[in-house]
Amino acid sequence: MSFENKIALVTGASRGIGASIADTLGAEGATVIGTATSAAGAEKISARFKEKNIAGEGMVLNVTDADSVAQLLKDVQEKFGAPTILVNNAGITKDNLLMRMSDEEWFDVINTNLSAIFRLSKGCLRGMMKARWGRIINISSVVGQMGNAGQTNYASTKAGVSGFARSLAKEVGSRNITVNAVAPGFIDTDMTEVLTDEQKNTMLSAIPLGRLGLPEEIAKVVKFLASDDSSYITGETLHVNGGMYMS
Amino acid sequence: MSSIEERVKKIVAEQLGVKEEEVKNEASFVEDLGADSLDTVELVMALEEEFETEIPDEEAEKITTVQLAIDYINENLA
Ligand SMILES: NC(=O)c1ccc[n+]([C@@H]2O[C@H](COP(=O)([O-])OP(=O)(O)OC[C@H]3O[C@@H](n4cnc5c(N)ncnc54)[C@H](OP(=O)(O)O)[C@@H]3O)[C@@H](O)[C@H]2O)c1
Repeated sequence: MSFENKIALVTGASRGIGASIADTLGAEGATVIGTATSAAGAEKISARFKEKNIAGEGMVLNVTDADSVAQLLKDVQEKFGAPTILVNNAGITKDNLLMRMSDEEWFDVINTNLSAIFRLSKGCLRGMMKARWGRIINISSVVGQMGNAGQTNYASTKAGVSGFARSLAKEVGSRNITVNAVAPGFIDTDMTEVLTDEQKNTMLSAIPLGRLGLPEEIAKVVKFLASDDSSYITGETLHVNGGMYMS
Repeated sequence: MSSIEERVKKIVAEQLGVKEEEVKNEASFVEDLGADSLDTVELVMALEEEFETEIPDEEAEKITTVQLAIDYINENLA
C-alpha cells in the first residue's frame, strides 16, 4: 500500500469530508491522526479507526487556539512522529449579509478557516523539511472562486487558502514539499444539511452532474494529492464540483 | 568533545554542502556560503537540534554569519 509508514494529520475528522479523508488515507495504510473539537469526538474517531483497522487515533484540537495546536503537534510527535501529510480540512460557516455581519461572525470564520492553516502548516513544516518530503492539502471551496451572497467571510477564507497554497508552494518546493488545495462544490454533509429545499434545488439546477457530491468524492482527490502520483503538482487548486464551476 | 566553534562549523558545512575549510568565522551564510533564505532556516533548525535548544525567530533572523552563530550558542548555552 502506498501510504505505509506515512503519518497523516487530518483536522476536523469527526464527520463529513474530514472523516472520509481520514478513513481513505487510513485504508491505504497511513497512520492517521484525526481531530475533533471535543474529547468525546476524538474518542469516536479512535473507535472508528479501530473498527476499520486503521492505525492512529483521534485527538482533540481547536484550530483557533494556538496552545491547542502546539499541544496537539507535541502529542503527535511524541506518540507517532512528525506528520508529513497535513490535511487542513476543519472549517465553519457563519453566513450573513455583509451589512449585517458582526465582527464575531467575520473573525470566527477567518480564524477557523484561514489562520488555522498558517499555524498548522508552520508547525508541520519542520518535519517535512527534514524528511525532504511533504504534502499539505487545504480544503478550499467553489465559493472561493464563484463568490456567494451571504458568505463574504467564508469566501474570503476559501480564496485565501488557495493563495496560501500557491505562495507556500513556491517557498518549499525545493524541499520536495507540495502544497495544494481542493475546492469542493456542494457536498452532502452537515454543512449543507442546513440549506432549505429551495436553496438545494436552485443549486442542483446549476450542477451539470445533477446531484450533490459525496464526501468520498473529495477524499479520493485528497488521497491523490497526498500520494506520489501527484508528485509534479504543486500550488494548484483542484475543483471537484460536478461541473458547477469550470475554471 | 569538540568545541562549540567546531560543532557549529561542522553543522554549517553539512547543511550548506560546503567544505569545512570554507566555513570561516566571518563568512556570511548567504553571501559567502551560497545559502538561500530557506537554507538559513534549516541551518537554525540543525543548530537547535545539535545544542538541544530553541532559538526564537527574532534571534534566529540575526544569526547571519558563522561567528554570530558561535556567539549565540556561547552566550545562551555555555
Ligand atoms: N460540505 C460542503 O458542501 C463543502 C463545500 C466546500 C467546502 N467545504 C469545506 O470542507 C471542509 C469540511 O466540511 P464539512 O462539510 O465536512 O464540514 P462539517 O461536516 O460541518 O464538519 C466540520 C469539521 O470541522 C471541525 N471543526 C469545526 N470547528 C473547528 C475548530 N475550531 N477546530 C477544530 N476543528 C473544527 C468539526 O469538528 P467537531 O465535529 O468536533 O465540531 C468537524 O470535524 C470545510 O473546510 C468546508 O469549508 C465543504
